[in-house]
Amino acid sequence: MPEMNMVGAINDGLRHEMRRDPRVIVMGEDVGKVGGVFRVTQGLFDEFGEDRVIDTPLSEGGIIGTAIGMALYGMVPVPEIQFADFIYPAFDQIVSELAKMRYRSGGEYASKIVIRAPVGGGIRGGHYHSQSPEALFIHTAGLKVVCPSNPYDAKGLLLASIRDPDPVLFFEPKRVYRAAKGEVPEGDYTVELGKAAIARPGKHVTVIAWGAMLYEALAAAEEAAKQGVECEVLDLRTLWPVDIDAIVASVKKTGRVVVVHEAPKTCGFGAELVALVNEKAFVHLEAPPVRVAGFDTPFPYSLEMEYLPLAHRILPAVLDTARF
Amino acid sequence: MVATVTPLRAPDAPLEGEKVLALYKHMVLARTLDERLAQLQKDGKLGSHLSAAFEEAAILGAVAALREQDWVFHYGREAAGALYRGMPLAAYLSHVFGKVGDGGKGRQMPGTFASRAARFASASAPIGTQITHAVGFAWAAKLKKDDVVALACFGEGATSSGDFHTGLNFAGVFKAPVVFLCRNNGWAISVPAERQTAASSFWLKGIAYGIPGVAVDGNDLFAVHKAVASAIQRATHGEGATLIEATTSRKDDPLHRVRQHLEARRLWTEKDESEHAGRVRAEIDVALALAQSEPAPPRESMFDDVYRSAPWHLHEEREELEKCRK
Repeated sequence: MPEMNMVGAINDGLRHEMRRDPRVIVMGEDVGKVGGVFRVTQGLFDEFGEDRVIDTPLSEGGIIGTAIGMALYGMVPVPEIQFADFIYPAFDQIVSELAKMRYRSGGEYASKIVIRAPVGGGIRGGHYHSQSPEALFIHTAGLKVVCPSNPYDAKGLLLASIRDPDPVLFFEPKRVYRAAKGEVPEGDYTVELGKAAIARPGKHVTVIAWGAMLYEALAAAEEAAKQGVECEVLDLRTLWPVDIDAIVASVKKTGRVVVVHEAPKTCGFGAELVALVNEKAFVHLEAPPVRVAGFDTPFPYSLEMEYLPLAHRILPAVLDTARF
Repeated sequence: MVATVTPLRAPDAPLEGEKVLALYKHMVLARTLDERLAQLQKDGKLGSHLSAAFEEAAILGAVAALREQDWVFHYGREAAGALYRGMPLAAYLSHVFGKVGDGGKGRQMPGTFASRAARFASASAPIGTQITHAVGFAWAAKLKKDDVVALACFGEGATSSGDFHTGLNFAGVFKAPVVFLCRNNGWAISVPAERQTAASSFWLKGIAYGIPGVAVDGNDLFAVHKAVASAIQRATHGEGATLIEATTSRKDDPLHRVRQHLEARRLWTEKDESEHAGRVRAEIDVALALAQSEPAPPRESMFDDVYRSAPWHLHEEREELEKCRK
């Protein structure tokens, strides 16, 4: 099996699916000739041509609005939003149109698209190249939200997302685009949507994370282990619909849970996860569930490593929870 | 009267004879239905009603110019066009009253229906969002080398939306085979057209996108039909999109004009008029009574179609609702 980074794995997944299914097209800003600002679509323009790898005008609302129309015609567009921070001009199209198309037409129509967007900080991107808007889309009925942490999952989840009948927001953690490496099978395989993975087994504290923060959770778990606290680290992979069975099974075992995410804490996805744990595993809890998240500030530029919930912030939360 | 900034070809099939007669009958149906639904809304028997009175010529003239394979992206006031294209009146009224017979399962407000049979896309309430859908749809047809044109319908208020700009911009850049039909009745709820633009008209906005603009009398069935048919010809010849501004007015009844046309050609008489009016009233009465007596959709249907198959949390919420019998 070849070793790939996230960029290569997603590129391989797009190429594989475009060869397999002529309905699949890629569209967005700079995705064509230059292959995307992160080079995720590199080489696709040369192989599939300008009708299937489309450089669009600079308008996120236009990209998603026209992609919805293309999907209504029977294509499977995979539009790229260059940074998730720029998804807001398309927010109305995603929330009012894409998410509701199947429902409001009584199932007569559906608009199947996969929106790819790099998320997250730690790359010196400031306010507008660093945010993690997953909670906004999880809150919207009708959307699925995916965020892989490694190359194997990235390709497998991408193929599963493209083949899924519902619209998917596919968030790519840009901080580990090239840093996360691993073996990726050539050819066809999928990673089922809605299934979490146990990234590290343990029995004392469940740590729930995804995307780039998974590695921070693992680093914190490594340190905690030195102090006798064994963390079970869950990589959610699909954020919505979330793998509630995996979460409940782990919390039943540990009785303690720490949720980690980059997005601001208030009304972040961690709030929903803690609520679910309280509803479904309350009697198994030995300590209050805890969130370690981005602060309720705009994403800062110079102080981003203080803002992010890195291992040095996760570790004390894990130890406090273990010793509660 | 059709004023253009680029020469247009004459449409292949001018509007005449039986087709005018059929369209006139649909105009009468549309007006009668509009008045009945407006009254029911005033009486508190209908949640809301989006009127399209005095826009019948602009709607039906445009839809009648489409070929069978062409699609309509509407915004909630174009039911007359769907009925003309074969959507059953019963299905439309089931939708209007949100009953079990509604193809949309009672999930949307009156007017914002979807009908694959009539090749009408699914409408929503946010202003202008259907414009980019029409562009993407037509663009996809072009990429697949299918001879399909999309008609995007909107009011002059929608020209202030971002989606109008992005839709026309994308259509211009990619030469999408789409017809933009802006029905300018002078008002967006309470706001007059001069608060939507400082430009002297709406059709000329096409110029900025590299799209020809056409001004047409929206109360003239024949003029609208001709403008849309010409725009379809341009689209099918690979020349891309057209923006048509159809200006409508309540000062001059579009139904009256077509009736005069038919009577002058001895295709319609006073007797035909009263018989048709009676038939339409009876048909509406029956359909209204049926729709109003239909049951509402079953409450558990609320959880269907959010996704193709319901995830765990929707199963739980359905069970939660089922436990609470009223």
